[in-house]
Amino acid sequence: MAQSGFQPKAQFGYRRHADQDRIVGNISQYPVVIVGAGPVGLSLAIDLAQRGQGVVLLDDADRIGEGSRAICFSKRSLEFWDRLGIGSRMVDKGVVWSVGRIFHGASQLYQFDLLPEQGHKRPAFINLQQFHAEAYLVDRVQELAGVDLRWRNKVIGLEQRNDRAILTIETPDGPYRIGANYVVACDGARSSLRQMAGAEFAGKVFEDQFLIADVRMTAEFPTERWFWFDPPFHAGRSALLHRQPDDIWRIDLQLNRYADPVIEKQPENVRPRIARMLGHDKFEFEWISLYKFQCRRMDKFIHGRVIFAGDAAHQVSPFGARGANSGLEDAENLAWKLDRVLRGISPGALLESYHLERSAAADENIRESTRSTDFMAPNSHQEARLRKAALSLAKETEFGKRMVNAGRLSVPTIYDSPLSTADRDAWRGGPRPGASMLDAPIAAPAGEPTYLTDAFIGCGTRFTLLAFGNGTAVDPPDGIGVIRVGGEGGFSDSTGLAAARYDAEPGSAYLLRPDGYVAARFRHPTRTALDAALARAAGNN
Amino acid sequence: MALSTSSNFAKPDDAFRAVVEAHRGLSDEQSADLDAALVLILANHIGDLDVLREAIALAQRRMIDASQQQQQQQQ
Repeated sequence: MAQSGFQPKAQFGYRRHADQDRIVGNISQYPVVIVGAGPVGLSLAIDLAQRGQGVVLLDDADRIGEGSRAICFSKRSLEFWDRLGIGSRMVDKGVVWSVGRIFHGASQLYQFDLLPEQGHKRPAFINLQQFHAEAYLVDRVQELAGVDLRWRNKVIGLEQRNDRAILTIETPDGPYRIGANYVVACDGARSSLRQMAGAEFAGKVFEDQFLIADVRMTAEFPTERWFWFDPPFHAGRSALLHRQPDDIWRIDLQLNRYADPVIEKQPENVRPRIARMLGHDKFEFEWISLYKFQCRRMDKFIHGRVIFAGDAAHQVSPFGARGANSGLEDAENLAWKLDRVLRGISPGALLESYHLERSAAADENIRESTRSTDFMAPNSHQEARLRKAALSLAKETEFGKRMVNAGRLSVPTIYDSPLSTADRDAWRGGPRPGASMLDAPIAAPAGEPTYLTDAFIGCGTRFTLLAFGNGTAVDPPDGIGVIRVGGEGGFSDSTGLAAARYDAEPGSAYLLRPDGYVAARFRHPTRTALDAALARAAGNN
Repeated sequence: MALSTSSNFAKPDDAFRAVVEAHRGLSDEQSADLDAALVLILANHIGDLDVLREAIALAQRRMIDASQQQQQQQQ
């Protein structure tokens, strides 16, 4: 497809670097080299740079990839991007949505709202073409002195040493080598670093084919996710419609597993399918892609000095928006741990928790997206029969609606983690250790309204104590942030939502990790308990 | 064992009869459709994944027993 007129300027220049003049035996050494300037690599680079690390970011191309590709970015991803200073830019451009509708045949089965409550800074989801997100991330990278982004730098060799990795990099001026304490491979599903590390990438390949078309048209469909089982315009298969910015609509049509991809991709063959769906042909194609998908993950996300993140480490089917979002969760999980290890304030073993937490998340994402895919494309007569039963029961029963699976959308995984301190007090609600912090509206002491997620950023996105009310004052350990809600000089919680969402009573306190996950919580923390929880969460116990 | 395998109906014949009669006059295909819906309805009513798994295991054990018997008869 020709490049869209709506795609931002995406061409970047290769520039020769002084490292390329270094002679063998005197190559440059860096703390972190990230391979792959996609959403995951760029976000990780920004996070590390904001923590004070110098990062080299390599990409084998010199442009942002074509096509909208990932389009659904979750609340969690937006909160992460807020910390990186680009959340508002993404949300301002993106299309905000939280409602989905499921149709069977010509009629609606049910609708759902992914964020039915008020008092959150960010919506459940935005739709935004991946190329917009990447362009904004590149802009942010260019504001940061700490990221050295090198286009047309293709890694062609990996040599593992005990304390570092040596990369051989191909450029238009020929190859050169650099060393890194840690290499983070964010180089996508066909990761060449993964091949160089000799790692397995096992899982399930789905035979069904799906056609993605981005079309440009002015239309009055609401900003919702619409999913059809067996629609009149595409009998026997499924269809998905999603709005993107710039009057672009994402259409996803299930094809049969024997369809010829070369023929199916021809615009003249796609056009009648889309026209049947829309009831008119007043649209232009922006992008057409035909794909099969796979659900698989690496056995170990860390191989010597090379750490894998995003699609390089795990791949899921697209139903559920678990690809890019889980990659971004990898980045936020890894950044603070790598920073601490590089500073020497946590042991290298802390990185093992990245593998434990994020491989468990990958398993969950694979499980969820495999179930969705199996529901959409049943593997046997009996599976199809059970699906038919669920769809027919959904018309008149609530449980049937809940069994219909048209994609379970990405939510942060709850980590069963060695970094968490188990609850010893009684809690009736609130995020438990290993869960992601919840947002709530609060007001600064001077009265201006804000959110808990912003207060967390205001504390420096580091270990932070979220303390409620005028409980017994406990001196927080050195170097950690404090968000005090309620009490004198604290943020006010006039709606009571913060206290309700955290099941807080005066004196309750949550210890948040630098990625915003709960490390520990106490009804009445003591300094000893906080120190122990902090040491555990930092891998120092 | 959370799955109840003791007899729960005052008149078990009535329960068996109700299921049998539901299938009267149906083709095999229609019967299979009916059973699929019935399984989902009853599974939801039970609402306990452990009980459901035990029920599935019991049903599977019976199939294994049946196929072993068949093999023995063939030998």
